Amino acid sequence: MLKLLARHLLRISVTLLLGGLLAATLIRFAPGFDTDERQMDSRLSSESVEALRQQRSAQGNVLKFYGAFLSAAVRGDFGQSETLDRPVRELVAERAPVTLKLMAYGLLVGWSLALVFAVSATMARIAAWDVATTAMAGLFLCIPSAVLALAFVFARAPGFIALGLIVFANVFRYWRNLLDKSYAMPHILTARAKGLGTLRILLWHVLPVSGAQLLAVAGVSVSVALGASIPVEALCGIPGIGQLAWQAALARDLSLLVTLTLLVTVVTLLANTTSDLLGQAFRTQRA
Amino acid sequence: MKRIRQIACVVLLAVAVMSLAAELFAPANYATQFRDELPNAGPSKLHWLGTDDLGRDRFSRVLYGTRVSLLLAPTAALLSTLLAAFIGTLAGYRGGAWEKVAMAGADLFLSLPWLFLLLMVRAMLPLNVSAFTSVAVTFLLLGLLGWAASARVVCSGARAIRNSDFVLLARASGVSRVRLLMRHVMPNLKPVLLAQFWISIPIFILSEANLGILGLGVAEPLPSWGSLLRELESFANFSNEYWRLVPLVLLVITVTSFQLILSRDEVTA
Amino acid sequence: MIRKFGFIRWIAVLALSSSLALAQGGELHFCLKSEPKTFNPVLTSDDSEEVVRYLTGGVLVRVNRQTQQLEPELATSWKVTDAGRTITFKLREGLYFSDGTPFSADDVAFTMKQLMDPKLHSVTGDAFRSGNGDVTTKVLATDRVAITFPAPVAGIDKLFDQVAIMSAKSPKKEMAVLGPFYVADYKAGSYVYLRKNGNFWKRDEQGHKLPLLDAVKLDIQPNRDIELMRFKRGELDLINALDSDYFDKLAAASPNQVRDAGPSLDSEQMWFNQVPTAPIPDYKKAWFRSQNFRQAVSMAINRADLCRIVFAGHAQPAVGPTSPANHFWFNSKLRPYPFDPQDALNQLALAGFKMQDGVLRDSGGHAVEFSIVTNSSSKPRERMATMIQQDLREVGIKVNVVVLDFPSLIERIGEKFNYEAALLGLINTELDPNVQMNVWLSSAENHQWNPNQKSPSTEWEADVDKLMRLQASTADPKKRKAAWDRVQEIVYDQQPFIYLVNKNALSAVSPNLANAQPVVLRPQTYWNIDELYLRNAGDRAGK
Repeated sequence: MLKLLARHLLRISVTLLLGGLLAATLIRFAPGFDTDERQMDSRLSSESVEALRQQRSAQGNVLKFYGAFLSAAVRGDFGQSETLDRPVRELVAERAPVTLKLMAYGLLVGWSLALVFAVSATMARIAAWDVATTAMAGLFLCIPSAVLALAFVFARAPGFIALGLIVFANVFRYWRNLLDKSYAMPHILTARAKGLGTLRILLWHVLPVSGAQLLAVAGVSVSVALGASIPVEALCGIPGIGQLAWQAALARDLSLLVTLTLLVTVVTLLANTTSDLLGQAFRTQRA
Repeated sequence: MKRIRQIACVVLLAVAVMSLAAELFAPANYATQFRDELPNAGPSKLHWLGTDDLGRDRFSRVLYGTRVSLLLAPTAALLSTLLAAFIGTLAGYRGGAWEKVAMAGADLFLSLPWLFLLLMVRAMLPLNVSAFTSVAVTFLLLGLLGWAASARVVCSGARAIRNSDFVLLARASGVSRVRLLMRHVMPNLKPVLLAQFWISIPIFILSEANLGILGLGVAEPLPSWGSLLRELESFANFSNEYWRLVPLVLLVITVTSFQLILSRDEVTA
Repeated sequence: MIRKFGFIRWIAVLALSSSLALAQGGELHFCLKSEPKTFNPVLTSDDSEEVVRYLTGGVLVRVNRQTQQLEPELATSWKVTDAGRTITFKLREGLYFSDGTPFSADDVAFTMKQLMDPKLHSVTGDAFRSGNGDVTTKVLATDRVAITFPAPVAGIDKLFDQVAIMSAKSPKKEMAVLGPFYVADYKAGSYVYLRKNGNFWKRDEQGHKLPLLDAVKLDIQPNRDIELMRFKRGELDLINALDSDYFDKLAAASPNQVRDAGPSLDSEQMWFNQVPTAPIPDYKKAWFRSQNFRQAVSMAINRADLCRIVFAGHAQPAVGPTSPANHFWFNSKLRPYPFDPQDALNQLALAGFKMQDGVLRDSGGHAVEFSIVTNSSSKPRERMATMIQQDLREVGIKVNVVVLDFPSLIERIGEKFNYEAALLGLINTELDPNVQMNVWLSSAENHQWNPNQKSPSTEWEADVDKLMRLQASTADPKKRKAAWDRVQEIVYDQQPFIYLVNKNALSAVSPNLANAQPVVLRPQTYWNIDELYLRNAGDRAGK
């Protein structure tokens, strides 16, 4: 087990390093990196505009930047945010817990709704309920996240429910299809024919079969939740990293964006690794 | 369920026909600005769904927008599904280093800020590129970038099937690897792949709308479902104008119809 | 009897003053569009930072936003001498910063030193840079200070409206202020909370200490829809810049809550890329350099429709770089270009263009087609570009509208010059046209259509350079006005910028907010922040 964990940690570390470098490269070569919005301010003298340009060109070499970034990061220094003129570490430390909390509640709501509706649609086998749940998931997939978040602000409801509905919409169909497939397996048909209770069939025979894939979907939904947190935070006035990431992206704030990418990568990797390990545990138990 | 699927087919067909024959059904060109009428006017005899903020007939724009989105979004969804199928199945079936590298790649894909790649692509396109080309490129990119989440789930499924009895039997009887993958493994992964396809369509439509703010996506005056849905961002303050919800309703109906038709192909063991 | 009346009078006075006290005060709520990066008034560069500076900063002189006249503040009087090179201020005595540190001429000297520090590149400081050499500040007495610049500074006295005085001695540094409020709390991504400065020196005509408000809460809210929603719910007391989209909707429901103060100082304009080395085809460069072409395009645009449709009637067709709202500096002889597609075609014919099957072609047979780039965060600009697309179609010109995020846009128009036409706006925070020096000098960075010229590439740009330098070098308002009028006439003829509209200054004010008198100059709604108060001050305590 320890060996397995160590292997996973190594994989995470390598992926993290590579992710940071790729992110830095993407950001560095994106159009507008060398510019600063303040250049358009006609009150600034040409010396000041030139100084702004020089500031940006200091981050020109990606490898040099990334090397310096990593060596400082090891000491806990993730650089200075150009957007907000504050240490990146401070910004992320302030805001990451807010986003993680939002995501935790949102995922809980999303997964609960998806499980309840997927299980009920699979077990009930009522066409009208199937259509209704499909349409409901479809509705929340089709509503832009910004509109959903706005509607919740309008209704004075907490933002994590909007996030939960987005997660539900993304996860429901996968779970529905996986449960459906499991229910159609011969041993389930036999169990049903022999009169086993629906709950027993679900807990002891269906979930173990599809557990690994259900968990894989759950792991991936963490990325969905992270992505959806940007408009939800921005609109619901939640000062999390989603809001910060959008501001940083528009300003091409390299240090902040690389740090946020590393954070997102860690969360994604941890979520997917956890779902992989749990999935493996499921398979081992079945075996 | 059969009847419901039939209804879904008819609905999809109706939507497709109306959008492809938009010139016949639309009362006006999607770009014509009726400046003498008020912008944001309500429904009337001339404008069944009212007009948008530039006095353009909303019904016409919904028809033409449906054409763009109905053509491109499912194509992009198919592309991302095929990529997910290929990478996920190969990784899950081969296992070992293949799986580790592929899944690490998928995790990276999920974490990287692809927004900047999209900006780079926009910068490389000429400014005078046609609106349709611009939106086609956007959907192509979305298709190429959207495989990672589903690939993980497919990989998990393929891993589970790898050591199952029927696969072992097939290998023992000398079935080639390619045939094994295509005829025995992939069909069992259909539920996940169909879910991926179904979810991707509205996600790509909405992504195209969001990317519109970065210069990607559809360019004025060409409409798309995504650009029409962006109007809803002010909906909370104009909540009595229900006709603005028509593009959303149409999208939900179309997406639900797709799913109801596709559910016919859910695999039984 | 007399004693009884005296007692009654005493009760009446007590009741009146306590009802006044109850009526005044309160916590004003409104929104900032973005997060302020700094509270240092010298480093202020964006809108949200300027809001905080206006509310907390004590200035030597203040432009009354209503009368547009300069009024004494921390300085009781001032004198401009040495042909606009030196300004001497007489300061009020007995004033203190918010933390109790006494105010004196040393603080003015300290502030000027910070402002003019070349390493800081202060936007406010750059407005004072008139020539090579240092700015010297002489403390003549504790209440007198003289500031000398290396060269005359046009409109020097009015520029001090933007200079918030910092304390030279306070341990709180820039957080010790002389304005009506001070920053008491700040939650990143959420709000900035200002409390009444107990040491603020001003009193109203009745002798009451100002400000009347107890506090100001500035919520950080980039989304205009949510801002409007909150205002309708009574959570906000004002919206300083209301979008025209929302104005009429809000007016229909609550007409007494909206204000249209008339045309603002801001303008929206488009221009063509005239950079000789731009990576665009030569035949297009020839179009854009043609005065006839630019004039024709200007004539083919229906500005009245832009005002009516994009801004719901809350805008006026623009004439030139100065808005009619700028009473003194606007050249009243000029009128907006008339919308006349036929005349536009005639103008194009003069430049060798011909209509063939509904498509305009140049003398080389090339179909006239170009793209307009604009920024994605502005729906009105996107709409204007789309309307211009339709207008120009009528004269056979094909326009492609390209919306880009701001950094990509700046790169194209400011660095790589890889664009054909652009549509943006100019925000004028000041009345004096000298603030546009970096737009009109041909050698300047923001001479958008062809910046950083080593020498003027056209005769008319050379004329404009001369006129701008002339108006900057004299203190005589008549000479300056004449020079600036001539610049406006040249720009009108040449159309390097095709001015489209001057938006109106729209705002929303809660009926609960007393003494609000929205005007055109920024900050439109709370320019008289020290006199504002909430009528039902207790109703929203602690929200």
